[in-house]
Amino acid sequence: MYRSLTFAVTSFAFIACAHAQGATQDFSCIERGHYLTTLSDCAGCHTTAGGKPFAGGVALQTPFGTLIAPNITPDTDTGIGNWSDDEFVSALQDGRGRNGTRLYPAMPYTAYTKMSRDDILAIRAYLNTVTPVHNRVNANQLPFPFNIRLAMMVWNWLNFTPGRFVADPHQSAEWNRGAYLVQGPGHCGACHTPKTALGGDKTGAPLTGATLQGWFAPNITANKHNGIGRWSKDDLVHYLKTGANNDTLASGPMAEAVTHSTSQMKDADVAAIATYLLGTGQGGTDRPTPIAADNPTMKVGAEIYKDACAPCHQDNGQGSAQLFPRLAGTAVVQSDDPTTLGRVVLEGSRAVATNSAPTAPAMPAFDWRLDNDQVAAVLTYIRNSWGNAAPAVSAATVAKQRTSLAQSR
Amino acid sequence: MARKLPSKNVVVIGLGWTGSILSYHLAKAGLDVVAIERGPWRDTATNFPPAYAQDELRYAVRLDLFLRPAQETLTFRNKADQIALPIRNFAGFLPGNGVGGAGIHWNGQTWRFLPTDFRLRSHLTERYGANILPDDMTIQDWPVSYDELEPYYDRFEKLCGTSGKAGNLKGVKQDGGNPFEGWRSAEYPTPPLKQGLGATLFAEAARKLGHSPFPQPASNLSEAYTNPLGIRMGQCSYCGFCERFGCGNYSKASPQTCVLPALLRVPNFTAQTESEVLKINLDSTGKRATGVTYVDTSGKEWEQPADIVLLCAFALFNVQLMLISGIGKPYDPVSGQGVVGRNYAYQTTSSVSVILKDKVLNPFIATGAHGMIIDDYNGDNFDHTNLGFVGGGYMGAGQTNGRPIQTRPVPKGTPKWGAAWKKATAETYQHAYSLSTHGSSYSYRDCWLDLDPTYKDRLGRPLMRMTFDFHENELKMSAFLTERLAEIAKAMNPTEMQAHPRKGPYDSTIYQTTHNTGGTVMGDDPQTSVLNRYGQSWDVHNLFVPGGASVFPQNHGYNPTNTVGALAFWTADAITQRYLKNPGPLM
Repeated sequence: MYRSLTFAVTSFAFIACAHAQGATQDFSCIERGHYLTTLSDCAGCHTTAGGKPFAGGVALQTPFGTLIAPNITPDTDTGIGNWSDDEFVSALQDGRGRNGTRLYPAMPYTAYTKMSRDDILAIRAYLNTVTPVHNRVNANQLPFPFNIRLAMMVWNWLNFTPGRFVADPHQSAEWNRGAYLVQGPGHCGACHTPKTALGGDKTGAPLTGATLQGWFAPNITANKHNGIGRWSKDDLVHYLKTGANNDTLASGPMAEAVTHSTSQMKDADVAAIATYLLGTGQGGTDRPTPIAADNPTMKVGAEIYKDACAPCHQDNGQGSAQLFPRLAGTAVVQSDDPTTLGRVVLEGSRAVATNSAPTAPAMPAFDWRLDNDQVAAVLTYIRNSWGNAAPAVSAATVAKQRTSLAQSR
Repeated sequence: MARKLPSKNVVVIGLGWTGSILSYHLAKAGLDVVAIERGPWRDTATNFPPAYAQDELRYAVRLDLFLRPAQETLTFRNKADQIALPIRNFAGFLPGNGVGGAGIHWNGQTWRFLPTDFRLRSHLTERYGANILPDDMTIQDWPVSYDELEPYYDRFEKLCGTSGKAGNLKGVKQDGGNPFEGWRSAEYPTPPLKQGLGATLFAEAARKLGHSPFPQPASNLSEAYTNPLGIRMGQCSYCGFCERFGCGNYSKASPQTCVLPALLRVPNFTAQTESEVLKINLDSTGKRATGVTYVDTSGKEWEQPADIVLLCAFALFNVQLMLISGIGKPYDPVSGQGVVGRNYAYQTTSSVSVILKDKVLNPFIATGAHGMIIDDYNGDNFDHTNLGFVGGGYMGAGQTNGRPIQTRPVPKGTPKWGAAWKKATAETYQHAYSLSTHGSSYSYRDCWLDLDPTYKDRLGRPLMRMTFDFHENELKMSAFLTERLAEIAKAMNPTEMQAHPRKGPYDSTIYQTTHNTGGTVMGDDPQTSVLNRYGQSWDVHNLFVPGGASVFPQNHGYNPTNTVGALAFWTADAITQRYLKNPGPLM
């Protein structure tokens, strides 16, 4: 049983992509590497919008400062053309780049470590085929003392467990494939797993939601209150494949993940991810008591909602499938952390466009029209109506978010 | 000197309804397509956010989405013996500008012409004898039949998700629909909109008088819908901000809502906005277009060579570009010879306003195209013997909005300003309703478009000159229709009622409609038409005018957009299925 599961998980590995000398140019390895590059969403960080593929340059805002994703084209001067296979594998599995340079975990080696050497070398084989681009990137723009890469030795010791994926023999092959994709190449936890003060994963609560880059990536466990436990497998598959389902539409950083990665995954892999996510954990907070409808803030929020939100999201918070997200009973709305909710009200956001869901509707910005008290009231109302329950949002929280959004523009 | 760009398979002039439909189909067929649009880029998500799209002052009063006369205008006169003057404020009709064109600011009224409309001259002559037509009336049969166009109407309605109730499914009459309409191959894509009280009262009164009221076909959707391009549309919220506005609820069909999201994903399509086409270029024989020359906002001129040129601008500017480019023989009303600019027509509208003191009508709950309509007096749905006119129109209760700045009905005798006016407008708002007729405008020898001899545009090109007035036939028709409407209005037991039949002369400073038609008419005879039945120029075989209202031989008693859209699909099929296989004259 165990052996067959391992086989299923790494079922691509018919052709070894590792050689003692010289990079492989085997077509099957390149094809497999191309797909693994999609699964791993390398382009999400290493290709700028409209830029040359994998030439680097995307800025990542971390709580510690800015990192710029480097050039991973085969350019020998500014890319990774001169890297040995061992150096490339080490970067992904151990967070150690060329000559042992320590990478920052914005590069999700904490997830990629689950990938086999052969899978990683397939990625390398593919990256060797993309057009080399001369583009020098100064990756490390962190302030002192975070700019000292050696500090990552301590960080790794505290936060990083290297090691390949090990299948769970008690689970199905599909579940294990999903687990591999989520924990490994898909690196879902990079955004969705809560972080410690040092930016490491809170290992006790994987995928239960986290705030980064001004967005709250919601709980994607099967929690029915603030996770995705109300979704069927089909709902989740549809969301990942098209960026939209009957409840919601992907926007913000998830729109990028859908564009570059999940919409291009094979149907079986998306189904495996859904099986794993909906079959794991019930992490997250329990349902609190909703704030009563006759609470004064709720009453103000109800009026604002009727005026500004109801035409699209409907009086009953049901929204309109594939167009305007449902607000009743959804994860982002009921999350303890209202960052995403506040952000889309203040700044608006645009849904992703995919070939099967090309509409790409948008939430308009309301920052010019609603003051902090009004945004707080309408958010509190949305979070505690139609069966929803979540802590009230304060005007101070909205004020802080308004300031930080203005600064990041 | 224009800089020459790499050649494309297709250059599309104007990215409104017809331009976006043609671009989509030809790009999907594998052709390299560039659309050149005079105005700005606009998309639903970015430009019509519901957070501010319902701004009456900005859009309805200051006309934010429309063409500015400083960019392009035309000169106008009623009669050939007058000197035409430039229109310095668009008022009587409002040409659109920018991506989406008039398809953004329309009301969503989605009508098919009657089967008899397509063979108008033959039909009227057969039924009444040739003497019923005034000597100077130049109406003619369409080169396509209703039966041929039916599948294309269906395609455009499905693109838009049009809401309505069929009255004739494959020849079988349907209760609740329009009993006079031509046969439909399918029900409307979405069911009819809900009706307000004003429309409901009108329908009751009309039924009492033996008419057959039915819900107006609307591309303001009654429910969420996914169109054949995979684009999702939302349920109308009845906000009443349709005409002159973009719809950020994805409820009113428009090129940006219904086509562009899919079109933009076709890699062999590009759009060049804020760029005005100066002329269509011809080769030395004058029988083949080589592309277009356009100017960008920096004043740089570019030549875009192309194998096929599609003229998809607004009706009036299609005519202007043909004249400026020297394609087709300009129409001369004295000799009656020539074709470009011939058979300009319009629309003949009128209204009856009622005040129903004991009813609360909530007129602000509205869409651009809901309402209850009767079609008993349209086209030749009624006997014209001894009436002294031909033509007709639909009529009904379809008040499109109750917007606060411009909806200020008052009883007769109210002062035009001051405290008494304010009091009256506050008291009347909830109880007033406007009923309207929407009548045909047939074409005449002395109504035409040509190049103005005096006035030039900012680019040095002659402005187009419009010579148009209402004729006795249309004014009699409007009087007749307005009387019939007033009879129904009276049956609503109004406290007060005012009938406003259309009176001449045509006044270009009072808004009536933007249904300007004709000038590049399609027909079977090159002596009386600019285009053959496929929308292809008789003179320049690689130039098509795919269904702008400029191709109408005359205007019928319906809003033009559905026919414009159907003809766009019709020409798209003719190009992909016939022209591409054997480029040359299709007739």
